[in-house]
Amino acid sequence: MGKVKSLISAFKERWDAFYSSWPEPVKRAAVPGLVAFFFLASIFFPAWGIINLYWQQVLIYVGINIILTLSLNLVNGYMGEFSVGHAGFMAVGAYVSSILTVWVFPKLGLSQYTPYLFPLALIIGGLAAGLTGLVVAFPSFRTRGDYLAIVTLSWNMIVKSVLENIEAIGGPRGFMGMPKLTSLAWVYVWVVITIWLIRNLVYSNYGRGALSIREDEIAASLVSVDTRTVKIVTFVIASFFAGIAGGLYAHVLVFINPKAFSILKSTDILVMVYLGGIGSIGGSILGATVYTVLLELLRPLQVWRWVIGPLLLVFLMIFRPHGIMGMREWKFLMPPEERPESWRKERELFVLPKLAGSPPLRCC
Amino acid sequence: MQTFFQQILNALQLGSVYALIALGYSMVYGIITLINFAHGDIFMVSTYVAFFVGSALMAYAFKLPGLITFLLTMLASMFFTAFLAVMIERFAYRPLRKAPRVSAVITALGVGLFLENFTLATIGPHPRFLPPIIPVHRFTIFGIATSNIQLIIIFVSAIVMFLLDTIVRRTMVGMAMRAISWDKFTVPLMGVPMDRIISITFALGASIAAVGGTLYGFVYTIDPYMGIRIGWWAFISAVIGGIGNIRGAMLGGYLLGLVEIFTPVILPSSTYRDFVAFSLLLLLLIFRPYGLLGRPVTMKV
Repeated sequence: MGKVKSLISAFKERWDAFYSSWPEPVKRAAVPGLVAFFFLASIFFPAWGIINLYWQQVLIYVGINIILTLSLNLVNGYMGEFSVGHAGFMAVGAYVSSILTVWVFPKLGLSQYTPYLFPLALIIGGLAAGLTGLVVAFPSFRTRGDYLAIVTLSWNMIVKSVLENIEAIGGPRGFMGMPKLTSLAWVYVWVVITIWLIRNLVYSNYGRGALSIREDEIAASLVSVDTRTVKIVTFVIASFFAGIAGGLYAHVLVFINPKAFSILKSTDILVMVYLGGIGSIGGSILGATVYTVLLELLRPLQVWRWVIGPLLLVFLMIFRPHGIMGMREWKFLMPPEERPESWRKERELFVLPKLAGSPPLRCC
Repeated sequence: MQTFFQQILNALQLGSVYALIALGYSMVYGIITLINFAHGDIFMVSTYVAFFVGSALMAYAFKLPGLITFLLTMLASMFFTAFLAVMIERFAYRPLRKAPRVSAVITALGVGLFLENFTLATIGPHPRFLPPIIPVHRFTIFGIATSNIQLIIIFVSAIVMFLLDTIVRRTMVGMAMRAISWDKFTVPLMGVPMDRIISITFALGASIAAVGGTLYGFVYTIDPYMGIRIGWWAFISAVIGGIGNIRGAMLGGYLLGLVEIFTPVILPSSTYRDFVAFSLLLLLLIFRPYGLLGRPVTMKV
């Protein structure tokens, strides 16, 4: 372990030296440039056959899982609640957007425009899911911790049970007939939107409110954080993105049934959040990617991969209870004023003389 | 009226099993505030142990009377399951006692998935029946159809629950358990061996689940994933009764047995039972957030 750590820190030092040698405009354009490059890649690589269909599918799942993980991290990581029913919101989004593309758009005579209306269907599905997020937000005023976990869990079970009992949308047999609209490019666009919005939310006033609720709800309300509004905003936004992910999921699988949104799916999302580490956008991206790709790579083991997967999770939790990057963040995802180097500068200016010899400030 | 009492009897049968499993959830939560999501799967393992031991005893063992075979099967299942639970606690939960609480919950989920899939991979997905260790006698009293198995389930569970209640209320171990659930920081300083008491709690909870598992196997089929649904229902029972409260868990178990049996009577189909049970839970949590018999915890500022 020590060797790996020293290797990583050596690499970091070199990278920092290399990065600081870049001219200022290049530095500023680096992240947007990469985002644009990957966008083009997500359109052209599949078309040119550089990524085969199998890896496209895997990458699409990675993207959907990143959206799910990030949105759950908003509630569980940043706000410190324990929501275990994320698949319920996903189900709402999946069913609403599928109903739109299968029934509503053709009925309005728009079937040839369906590929262009796909984002609209997704957003409406997301909004429906966001609305149902209120169901969880209101009980969260009164209960916290384990009891709120139970509320979210029962929410998930109720959604699944209701879907199983509505014959019009297939009941337990499931719902099919959606066109396969989800492409790598669409997933990429939504992943970028999710990361961007959630990153901005986290560093906004509401985000600070959510962080303060995580640390101590009573103290937060005493310093006039409007805990109710913050909770509603956070839950609704998290469920909105879960609904978006559900819509994407439905249109890549072109078949959904209530079983796909059971508590096992919620458990999967939870695992990705805690694998990546709470309170970290970079962690969520890493967690979702590592988990999805790892399970794909273990596929040759057949049944045994579901034995090895949970076992790995248990070991990870025992040896690294904070996940891969719990409470840490990639530098480029932080606003410039929050980055460690500016902290250090501030400390040198104001704090360091008084606190000489104190342990270094933990960044973020 | 007759059907009503008939259904009550069926509800008691199912509710006993839920109550037995709910006790395990409640005890573990009471003592280390961990929702032990692996408990439903521990119950599943116990039915498989009962299946193998019962089959072996039926096949090889010397024409023992049914009752003795039953007791031997149940004891074997209890011992093995208790051992398994203690091992899980020792190697998966104990290292995490100082870690963030959520890591322990995630570990519990992982252990549960591991148990399910390990059983699936080694034993296979087919549903199985326990062998007829005690021959079934059906008879009617006052027009209510019942069987010796049904009465055994109800009475054995009641006796086990009474024993557990006595252990928790009247013995030194029980006193230590209650003390730890009251205050985790001072009690070890008074010379209570915390680790050992926690192990005993896990063993007790698991062996009670094994009683439930053996009894369950007599009337229903068993498969590797059954621990999920039964586990969740038992968990709701524990919450409805007030998690951490032993008598609450028993009450909740019987209540959920009633819900499951009476849902198809009132609503068109039994597929609504999850919906009814969880809606009930939601309503209860909104109006009585600490369960029927739980005591509210006030947060100190």
